[in-house]
Amino acid sequence: MQFSVLVETRLRDGVADPEGATIERSLPALGFDGVSGVKVGKAFRFTIESADESSALAEVDDMCQRFLTNPVIEDASITVTALDGATA
Amino acid sequence: MAAVVGVVVFPGSNCELDVVEAVRSLGGEGRLLWHGDASLGGVDAVVLPGGFAHGDYLRPGAIARFSPVMQAVADHAAAGGPVVGICNGFQVLCEAGLLPGALQKNAGLKFLCRPETLRVEAGGTALTTGIEVGTELAIPINHFEGNYTCEPETLAELQADDRIVFRYVDNPNGSTDDIAGVCSAGRNVVGLMPHPERASHLLLGSTDGVPLLRSLLVTAGALTA
Repeated sequence: MQFSVLVETRLRDGVADPEGATIERSLPALGFDGVSGVKVGKAFRFTIESADESSALAEVDDMCQRFLTNPVIEDASITVTALDGATA
Repeated sequence: MAAVVGVVVFPGSNCELDVVEAVRSLGGEGRLLWHGDASLGGVDAVVLPGGFAHGDYLRPGAIARFSPVMQAVADHAAAGGPVVGICNGFQVLCEAGLLPGALQKNAGLKFLCRPETLRVEAGGTALTTGIEVGTELAIPINHFEGNYTCEPETLAELQADDRIVFRYVDNPNGSTDDIAGVCSAGRNVVGLMPHPERASHLLLGSTDGVPLLRSLLVTAGALTA
């Protein structure tokens, strides 16, 4: 089956995010008050061929651990969605 | 025979010739190695130079760690051979798991290119053999992602085992514990963000990098002796 995958990575809690902090400090200058907790991360979108949803998830999780994130500083959240009409 | 220092060239490396020239000026032989080769060709020491290996895509060092040469570098390190990562090379060594921690974007988000004062904090490593602890050296930095970050447990281990090799006297980038360079448990793998090869001749404004590179040649020569 084919699955659509969205991987979002962000800096782990406790790791300084200078990019997020700079954006947060800049927002009030444009009139956007009351914004807090800005975090900057990356998003990866792709499709993957896999037997079922759990094997797709396991494969993407492995990919995140070994390549897409640096686990020392980053976390990832993974969303896997079966593509309509795809057959094994 | 002169110690041979292999300098790995990745697509996007840009400090390899500076390292080769600095090594040569100290009586060693610098030899370029291609990242796609699985062998180090019998060199005595390895340097991963500065630059932007594989365009720094994904994260600095994230793709370089999969280059064929990296298995040979890991084997050389495991056998006790000297391995030094300078700037981007330090990032590669961290991504490859040959050194702990990670290099994050600089606090303040500025690309920093200027001399910094480092304090030698640990002796007996590939870069600090024969150098007195406490020595201060003026050596240029040139990076955007040089903010050393690690888990509290890793930091405690580095401190306890005397593996923080260099600290910034005036922390320019937000690095944890002012760290500018660390070494492996065996002390033969060293990574640092500053560029000793850019402080290796009076014409460059400083010769403070010379003792570090000389230490590398000493440890490289000792291997073949």
